[in-house]
Amino acid sequence: MMPMQTLEEIKKRLESAVPGVCVEIVSNDSPCQQRSLLVDRDHGPQVAAWLRRDDALRLDYLSNVTGVDWPEVVTKQKIKVKRKVDGVEKEVEEVVQTRSGGYLEAVYHLYSMELKQGAVVIRMRTGDRDQQNKLPSLTPIWRSAELQEREIYDLFGIVFEGHPDLRRILMWDGFEAHPMRRDYVEPDDYEYEPTPHDSVLAKAKAHYPPEVAP
Amino acid sequence: MKTTVVEPPVPSGAPVGLPAGDGRFSLLPKTSFDGRVETELLEVAMGPHHPSTHGVFRMDVVLDGETIVKLKPVFGYLHRNHEKIAENVSYLASIPYTDRLDYLCSMTNNWAYALSVEKLAGLEPPERAEYIRVIMAELTRLANHVCLIGFLAQDMGALGTPLMYGFREREKILDLFEALSGSRMMCNYMRFGGCRLDLPPGWVREARVVVDNFPKFLEEFDNLLSGNEILMARTQGVGVLTAELAVNAGITGPMLRASGVNYDIRKVDRYGIYDRFEFRVPLGDHGDVYDRYMIRLLEMWESLKILRQALDDIPEGPVMDPNAKIRNFKPKPGECYERIEGPKGELGFYLVSDGGANPYRYRVRPPSLVNLTVLEDMCLGHNVADAVAILGSVDIVLGEVDR
Amino acid sequence: MLGEGIIKGMAETARNFIGSYSDPERLVTVQYPEEHIPAKQNARNFPFLVFDVEDPVAGLRCVACKICEKECPPQCIYIVMDRDDKGKPCKHPKVFDIDVSVCMSCQICVEVCPFDAIKMDTEFELSETNRYGGLLLTKDRLSKSNEYYHKIHSVEAAEVDARLADEKAKAEEKVKAKLAAAATAKAAAQAAKPVAG
Ligand code: SF4
Ligand code: SF4
Repeated sequence: MMPMQTLEEIKKRLESAVPGVCVEIVSNDSPCQQRSLLVDRDHGPQVAAWLRRDDALRLDYLSNVTGVDWPEVVTKQKIKVKRKVDGVEKEVEEVVQTRSGGYLEAVYHLYSMELKQGAVVIRMRTGDRDQQNKLPSLTPIWRSAELQEREIYDLFGIVFEGHPDLRRILMWDGFEAHPMRRDYVEPDDYEYEPTPHDSVLAKAKAHYPPEVAP
Repeated sequence: MKTTVVEPPVPSGAPVGLPAGDGRFSLLPKTSFDGRVETELLEVAMGPHHPSTHGVFRMDVVLDGETIVKLKPVFGYLHRNHEKIAENVSYLASIPYTDRLDYLCSMTNNWAYALSVEKLAGLEPPERAEYIRVIMAELTRLANHVCLIGFLAQDMGALGTPLMYGFREREKILDLFEALSGSRMMCNYMRFGGCRLDLPPGWVREARVVVDNFPKFLEEFDNLLSGNEILMARTQGVGVLTAELAVNAGITGPMLRASGVNYDIRKVDRYGIYDRFEFRVPLGDHGDVYDRYMIRLLEMWESLKILRQALDDIPEGPVMDPNAKIRNFKPKPGECYERIEGPKGELGFYLVSDGGANPYRYRVRPPSLVNLTVLEDMCLGHNVADAVAILGSVDIVLGEVDR
Repeated sequence: MLGEGIIKGMAETARNFIGSYSDPERLVTVQYPEEHIPAKQNARNFPFLVFDVEDPVAGLRCVACKICEKECPPQCIYIVMDRDDKGKPCKHPKVFDIDVSVCMSCQICVEVCPFDAIKMDTEFELSETNRYGGLLLTKDRLSKSNEYYHKIHSVEAAEVDARLADEKAKAEEKVKAKLAAAATAKAAAQAAKPVAG
């Protein structure tokens, strides 16, 4: 068995096979070094179909599909810059804001059962976290995404276009929010439990008359 | 195996219509099924408290007489958002929660999670710990498979007998788990970087007794069930799953191998120290319920082989990586996906760390849930009673399906 | 022959049925409330607090460091540290509650406790009619003596005792060494004095 192609090779071949695609390699600093391919969402299904068909890869098995929520994070950093103030060069402190995140991400782990190789990780990102929360579904290519994409839709709120049966799966149909998002606040429908924890007691007080909840 | 690339069958679309009227059942308009007899379709909710659904699981089936024309699984009755809980506690504290995923196989759940964290943080469990893990995983496989076969027979009407025989043997394995970890089912035994405790004195001897007595039981089981004409009539040719569909739908574990696809992660990834053991991967031919039953029986024989080798070779030494920290454990930012061959299929953990004490993202790849993808495809055209057998052969645990 | 498999299976059942009268291998159940299976060495159920000597209040090993409270996965431990009259914290829990209706018997509190103060009990017959108070174990119900610990986990308890004794001896030696060092330093200083003077 030939060793699997590196991600760089796959990227190069992908770019020539799918015209117009925009692929990026996402690095991973942890010791396991599992890097991934960030695919632009318009070409997602084409890339997926190519990965599945390509003779050197044959990624016929989609193992794991998951969502990750990246809310927008603004990091402020103070840096010193040299600048001319009134003709004299001075060192001035400036605050630089870097924004990162602000999207939802779907991560796909692909393996090949035929060639016994893997994993190739591809990921797609939505435009933002509210309105542009759409991604193309890969269920028409790998059926194993069917329930897992439904779960992501349910828990993260990514709408998969082209999914044959996109409904809530774990939460009930009338449920509004997406509980796996980082900013999800659980509704205050508390049942009094006899714990001495202060936070629980405070919550219970709001719900029960003082005779019931001490 | 050479899989030809075929276009996968796309699931049949819209959900089963919600019941109208008093909400108990609805008689849908008259349709002609098969173009032959005009019959009325009947929509039935099987579950969530049906004894054969292995927990709180519901199947919305549309029936034409006795024949299933549509089936939609309904999940979520046991949903407790395990992933969210794990994202709010430390890496250590989610180990006991993983026990409760597939509560028949807590040891393999522990292992999958520990393996994932080890890869994320670059830890190396010592040799002895690796052996202990293999022994535990294979014992778990035995315990899971005897249960599954018992439940499957129970679902098909063999009330009690095979299940109780299976439970009797499983009990011996659970005793071993208890002697080691203190708990029979919620073992909470493995840690990233090794195992929590060393084997107590005499444990290997006891384990060997269990392993040596197991073949006798397997033979009994084989005599009891494999040739039984009723079982064969109920299972052969029922719920056939083709290899193409199985691969495409991400089916893993014994169910995949019953369809003839040679894919065992113990052989493919060789995680842990599985490359040191000699064992074979049984494969099925037809992909029906009977093959799935048989594969599990054969797999137990292979597990016994692994167990014997592991119990013979287990070295002395420490069971924890000295670099592993239990408290204040903060892996470097990054992500990692690791998987093992659990008794039910590929169990994987996907972890994203942002450098903090809690995982930023924690995801379980549940084999039970993914294996249910093809439930409808397997059941279409069969009787309701067959759906029970087919579901039984998938081997699900609702703790893992709903998480 | 059709039916052969069934007959073969029936023979198996018969063997088990008859065997259950003679072979202990085939009859593994016990009459539970009258008979008990002895608990395993490592068996665990719910935590308890160990106290030394004969004093369940002062003898508690727990120093209320709250590590276990922080690490407990379902957050079922609740600790308040005792304070003396001046409000200075004294290393002793005033309140130590474990809600065993929430506790999942995971043993993580035992693992993280640096003082060997909390250990796992093997008692499991804990059913209560009162869901609220009855399953919230307070300090006095949780405190159990070291002898009890020895009774249920003899091997582990012996290990812990040996370790604690070792640590104590080391600590005493340290103190002694410190005292000795101080004494010699003093002596040296005194010896050095006349020279300096
Ligand atoms: S039981 Fe142990 S960890 Fe918990 S507060 Fe007491 S001394 Fe600290
Ligand atoms: S056993 Fe686990 S759940 Fe129970 S108190 Fe200890 S840490 Fe908490």
